[in-house]
Amino acid sequence: MSKQKIIVVGNGMVGHKFIENMIEHPDYDQYEVVTFSEEPRLAYDRVQLSYYFAGKTVDELMLTSPDYYDENGVRFIVSDKVVNIDHANKKVVTESGREESYDKLILATGSYPFVPPIPGKDQEHCLVYRTIEDLEGMTASAKVSKVGVVVGGGLLGLEAANALKNLGLETHVVEFAPRLMAVQLDEGGGQLLRSKIEELGVSVHTEKNTTEIVAGETCRYRMNFADGSHIETDMILFSAGIRPQDELARQFDIEIGPRGGIVIDNYCQTSAKDVYAIGECALWDGKIFGLVAPGYNMAKVAVSHITGGGLAFEGADMSTKLKLLGVDVASIGDAQARTPGCLSYTYADGHAGVYKRLVVSADNKKVIGAVLVGDVEAYGNLLQMMLGDIEIPGSPEALILPSIDGAAPALGVDALPDSAQICSCHDVTKGDIFEAVKGGCTDLAGIKSCTKAVTGCGGCAAMTTQVMNAALTEMGVEVDDSLCEHFSYTRQEIFDIIRVKGIKSFDELLESYGQGRGCEICKPAIGSMLATHWNEYVLDDKHIGLQDTNDVFLANMQRDGTYSVVPRIAGGEITPEQLIVLGEVGRDFGLYTKITGGQRIDFFGAQLHELPPIWERLVEAGFETGHAYGKSLRTVKSCVGSTWCRYGMLDSVSMAVNLEMRYKGLRSPHKLKMAVSGCTRECAEAQGKDVGVIATDKGWNLYLCGNGGMKPRHADLFAQDLDDETLLKYIDRFLMFYCRTADKLQRTSVWMDNLEGGLEYLHEVIVEDKLGICEELEADMQRVIDTYECEWKKTLNSPERLKRFAHFINSDLTDDNLAYVEMRGQAKGRIATDEERQKQAKGVEIETVELV
Amino acid sequence: MSEWKDICKLTDLAANTGVCALHNGEQVAIFLDGKEQKVHAISNFDPIGKANVLSRGIIGDIKGRLVVASPLYKQHFCLETGECLEEPENSVKAYQVRVEGDVVQLQA
Repeated sequence: MSKQKIIVVGNGMVGHKFIENMIEHPDYDQYEVVTFSEEPRLAYDRVQLSYYFAGKTVDELMLTSPDYYDENGVRFIVSDKVVNIDHANKKVVTESGREESYDKLILATGSYPFVPPIPGKDQEHCLVYRTIEDLEGMTASAKVSKVGVVVGGGLLGLEAANALKNLGLETHVVEFAPRLMAVQLDEGGGQLLRSKIEELGVSVHTEKNTTEIVAGETCRYRMNFADGSHIETDMILFSAGIRPQDELARQFDIEIGPRGGIVIDNYCQTSAKDVYAIGECALWDGKIFGLVAPGYNMAKVAVSHITGGGLAFEGADMSTKLKLLGVDVASIGDAQARTPGCLSYTYADGHAGVYKRLVVSADNKKVIGAVLVGDVEAYGNLLQMMLGDIEIPGSPEALILPSIDGAAPALGVDALPDSAQICSCHDVTKGDIFEAVKGGCTDLAGIKSCTKAVTGCGGCAAMTTQVMNAALTEMGVEVDDSLCEHFSYTRQEIFDIIRVKGIKSFDELLESYGQGRGCEICKPAIGSMLATHWNEYVLDDKHIGLQDTNDVFLANMQRDGTYSVVPRIAGGEITPEQLIVLGEVGRDFGLYTKITGGQRIDFFGAQLHELPPIWERLVEAGFETGHAYGKSLRTVKSCVGSTWCRYGMLDSVSMAVNLEMRYKGLRSPHKLKMAVSGCTRECAEAQGKDVGVIATDKGWNLYLCGNGGMKPRHADLFAQDLDDETLLKYIDRFLMFYCRTADKLQRTSVWMDNLEGGLEYLHEVIVEDKLGICEELEADMQRVIDTYECEWKKTLNSPERLKRFAHFINSDLTDDNLAYVEMRGQAKGRIATDEERQKQAKGVEIETVELV
Repeated sequence: MSEWKDICKLTDLAANTGVCALHNGEQVAIFLDGKEQKVHAISNFDPIGKANVLSRGIIGDIKGRLVVASPLYKQHFCLETGECLEEPENSVKAYQVRVEGDVVQLQA
């Protein structure tokens, strides 16, 4: 049987989702998929478009790649618009004249921005906000503008206003209706949102009907309003709503709604046979759905229908929660209380800037709508109550009142049906999360990668965690995150105990808060915490038994029991003289020598008794320990930066050296790596590090929580255009906050993936000082910096300590288990054979036991 | 009766750490348990990692049994019997050890 050929017109978010669902379908091998896009690139995340101005690159916004399509046999044609549908012969024709036949045709043409018919709207700096090309146009225009106006105070308009603000323009929002977000909010919510946005320096003008755009006096343009007032501006951005892109269907005889939109049935079929429409171009039950979640759902339904499944589209809930210009806003169901007979409860706290309105059914028993501004914590709870048609436990007002004694009747997730949708972006239900937990995902990071929940807008993080914990409890898995059998506290709790109670030793902690003797899990973890907080010498009598062998001997144990040695080469900068010393040391001790990935030099094959003389030479030449053995800062990699490079914006090497010298010796839950790049070409690969710093023409961009390794994670852009001082301040706070709150041996990447509230929360803690601990975090870091000592220098000065650096306590002989062979001119370690060992034990010379 | 051989001073052992002794041509790991101030001795050879490293592991207790965790791959060896908790077939030899005055002795 030949394959059925499916053509998808439009490769936006929904078009791509359809293709993705097809690829994942078990019968995918019976289909052939071709997709067309009029844009020059494949699908990207339009919902996150505003992050483009916060530094996200086009690559980071991409939802798919040519490779992914190629691997799955999807043919794609970009920058070519489909202009003709020939029903009779079942084929489409593109602008460039390309013809392609189909068995099934999917219209996923999306929408276009509505521009009101105002005279003067077509001038050069009058723009729209929809595609990456539009954003590029805005950026270019902003460079030659000082003032910007957004026409439209809806959700998209406010996002656009944020973009203009980020571009450094004096920003105005002009709205025709009497309030902002007229569709989602009521009067009270709209007012509070307005005052909050105005506080941020964005001027809001409501009830303004623009009559014309003419040449300005102080700015490029002047917008005249019907009420006789006017505003001067250099650029205008239209964001006054969307219209379904139904032109193609309209021309080729497919039924269109009276106000536009391609009419579809419950299976996303249009009036034409074998033609489907999904996403914002589709009109279902007289409604256009301008959110991505219903579009994704339509994609799923269309795939199901084509492949013989039984899914149907049954409408969508348009409730939404988001952050606009830094203000939390949520709208649920009948937010404006239009249901006949319904009742409303309102809570407003003018001081804190919180407004909540709850709309309930006439019998006072069911949630039917809500508006939340400034505090949206109740969103998940209220939404589930409405969707699940659940009776309100207790009195309704308690649902929105602040929980003075913690008495808000939070709806337990147990009350939710399995079908309750927890993540609307990816349509993940409570049942899906339970399945995932049963399948072995027992932490938030696992749930994210397995179900995709929380990976869209992220608004469902708290709810998802609750559901996951409920599932774990139901399975009888006790959510036991205690450190080990000796301490029934989490690492974070133990850190707090150490800090608050001023505990300085493991024994002291064990006596009051633990049991037994401890083990190789709790000892190093607590040793690390004590070191983070007090920064005492790790080989002190009371600490030495806590350390892994690497820390005990200040070197890294290798597979044969010998050690490797890594001196610090801050920022990868080294003088020729120092290089010569390293070469001599490697040669004289017969050490296998290798350049590391972190821009330093690693010597392998040193035996215990050789470590002190090696370090005597190194310390004498001015080297310090590199902490390659510790769960601590390893290296700060750098590119050569503005001192030499033609493209360098700032001196990345100096900053790298500065960072490395500042944080060297900081003991942390796991190793830490950093990098500094001198420009966006990013030669230091900073976006794959725990802390990545990239120079721009305006300062430093700070990236956090990246990782290479087994599961690479791209670092998140945390802050932009920082000066040196602010950069260090943020890194101080970040590192200490991580040290305090991470689990044992948890890298920053996993820590971030499990951090409830994610990047946004981290921003609140570190930049906005939401928890009021920033001063303390900085002071803690300063103490570590002030008390730094080179552990090797200190150890060399202590004959008592040096005694440990011998293989035998009662003999000067060395380990007879070691044997070396030559490889590419250097020694390569291997385990001695029994025969070799026997010979050596008898004092017979063995040819191969020679360090080259 | 069996004879005892002097190995080192008790002060050579820091509490809750180990050292390695050469004893009759064998490598022996000797540990000082800080809690009971008692010494324990097992073979220094880790049969799983195949290296002479057990004296350099962290000691502690797992479900009440005194153990050292191999510094290579973290398997636990009982300090009293040499048994490997995870892989009993890879257990190691335990040695008789005592403290006489301030001297640590192994049975010859």
